[in-house]
Amino acid sequence: MNPATQGLLTIFIGVFGCIGYFYASNLVLDKVIFPARGPNIGRNINAANRVRPWLFLFPAVFAMGVYLVYPVVGSFYRSLFNRMGDEFVGFGNYGSLMGDPEFQTSLFNNFLWVLVVPAASTFIGLLVAQLTDRLAWGNIAKSLIFMPMAISFVGASLIWKFVYANNADIGLINAIRDVFGASQPIDPLQIPFWNNLFLMVILIWIQTGFAMVILSGALRGIPEETLEAAVLDGANPFQIFFKIKVPQIMGTILVVWTTITILVLKVFDIVYATTGGNFGTQILPSYMMSYMFRDDGRATAVAFVIMLIVLPVMIWNIVQARKEMR
Amino acid sequence: MSDNVAGEKAGLTWAVQISVVALVILWLIPTVGLFVSSFRERDQISATGWWLAPFSVELAFRGRADAADPRQENGAWVIEGSIFDDPEVATAFRSGSGVINAFGTRGVAPGQFAAGTVAELPNGDTLSLAADGAYRFTSPEEITGNGPRVYFEASTPPRFTLENYRTVLTADGMDRAFINTLTVTVPATIIPILIAAFAAYALAWMDFPGRGFLIAAVVGLLVVPLQLALVPLLGLHTRLGIGQSFLGIWLAHTGFGLPLAIYLLRNYMVGLPRDIIESAKVDGATDFEVFVKIVLPLSFPALASFAIFQFLWTWNDLLVAKVFLPSGAATQVMTVKIADDLLGSRGGDWAILATAAFVSIAVPLVVFFTMQRYLVRGLLAGSVK
Repeated sequence: MNPATQGLLTIFIGVFGCIGYFYASNLVLDKVIFPARGPNIGRNINAANRVRPWLFLFPAVFAMGVYLVYPVVGSFYRSLFNRMGDEFVGFGNYGSLMGDPEFQTSLFNNFLWVLVVPAASTFIGLLVAQLTDRLAWGNIAKSLIFMPMAISFVGASLIWKFVYANNADIGLINAIRDVFGASQPIDPLQIPFWNNLFLMVILIWIQTGFAMVILSGALRGIPEETLEAAVLDGANPFQIFFKIKVPQIMGTILVVWTTITILVLKVFDIVYATTGGNFGTQILPSYMMSYMFRDDGRATAVAFVIMLIVLPVMIWNIVQARKEMR
Repeated sequence: MSDNVAGEKAGLTWAVQISVVALVILWLIPTVGLFVSSFRERDQISATGWWLAPFSVELAFRGRADAADPRQENGAWVIEGSIFDDPEVATAFRSGSGVINAFGTRGVAPGQFAAGTVAELPNGDTLSLAADGAYRFTSPEEITGNGPRVYFEASTPPRFTLENYRTVLTADGMDRAFINTLTVTVPATIIPILIAAFAAYALAWMDFPGRGFLIAAVVGLLVVPLQLALVPLLGLHTRLGIGQSFLGIWLAHTGFGLPLAIYLLRNYMVGLPRDIIESAKVDGATDFEVFVKIVLPLSFPALASFAIFQFLWTWNDLLVAKVFLPSGAATQVMTVKIADDLLGSRGGDWAILATAAFVSIAVPLVVFFTMQRYLVRGLLAGSVK
């Protein structure tokens, strides 16, 4: 069957299947299992209302269980076996990871990414949010800086390949060097250590818009009185920004920061599409992909290491969410 | 407003304006470069940077002097004519004229002599080529056979073309990849919405034991790295007979998108006015009716923002497509096609790369600019607390 027809059919089955499921299961619950009539009517209605939430939740909980909870356990279990999956090796995969210099490079690089990208994106995003706040054309400026959010990591990598190209007639970097009299073009993506930063620029370019949008919303939410009080006390614009505004939106800054941190730990596309992890730019997600389809034991072990790094943020998020619900 | 109360200095306002302009330009330059490059001819791309695209490009050409009727003059044999009459040259200069800056007789040095000068060649030959293309070749011996090769450098006007798009969309299989991306994206965007909406309603408006735990679980699942899911789920799909297929990737995207969908929708639904929902219940509406007739229509903005997120994410995804779809050309999506095919085998073909990239980002950009309002609203609902 043609994939497009198959797609339409799937939409049809999916949408009507969903509606059908919810409608039919509610009907069965109310009319057949706990009918709202007869001698037990009160008890039946209460019982039906106790069951109903789970009818509403079942498809979502089931899908999340299979696609997100099971993999955490499944990946960990798989990581205890060898390449073919037929021999139990305990923590052998983790042991050999620790001994692999490329893994150490990835870990170190990932550490750099986590350090630089969230900080830079949040900082520039906050700067743009503040600068555009009172501009007449601020919304246009924001919309243009936000635009890279819509571009895929692969597309963004390609866009930046044009900037970094090892040729003064294609790459902007080399063209600028050429103007300043450099004789030979260089390949920025092959300069040890610095190439990591050049790759981070791509993700910062994408994520700044995200930070800007959210922080801009938070800045707008600051109560006007606090600012007016500061102005009356003679604070200058810089003091107002750093001493009045930033402390008030600290919570949002933290949310933005952690969200970008999580993203950094997951993005393999940029390294994959630019250097392929060569020239010392490997990071954990791309290192994992290099073992995918070759050595599932190793691949799952790397994935679980990523999970362990994400875990503190996950716990922090849950604690925050619970705090709000109270 | 408040800054003006303090008498904000005009200089500071200007500094703000200028820095914002600088930032916007900095942010746009890479994308503009790609966009411009995708419309330039291949020769022009490799000759000058895209930032010089509006200017003429100096390119090297070659032709051959026409030796059909040499005449004798002062004891030497002479041929004359216009290089633009040469069929080989005429294909590049369709207007039949051009401006020549320099010429030469060897391919390695096409610009050895300035236009209009007379070049002394070995064996007593001479060649001159004027800026308008008129050449004059003299030789002490009789000219037989083909005339001499003439290389020259000429400014060609900036030329923009749709040829790259034609190549990418027909010969390079990007059309197939485009349809595949669309095939993956649309069901993977629509299906999670309904499932999530019902769950979000239950988490927002129904009271049952374990609700707090489930909400916390959804928040936790938001950040589970997809890397974990790849190996176990591919194994599961294989055991179930789904294997690597469109069905598999739709299911996977649905599962991965649910936490965000439920989170966004619940946050929105909780904020709906309580009296509307309660009065409907007092009037005897069931939860199912309340959901379908009241909550779902009111939640449209949240549904729209999730739909945009999910659309952008599935359209732009590389990881899930690489793992859950077979790698053959029949099922490749655009991101995989670009990353694995074009960047690998045609790494140096900038025209093709720029055009393919632009084809792949065009749809998300349109969605982004038309639906930005919902996207921003969704982001704010998800993060600002």
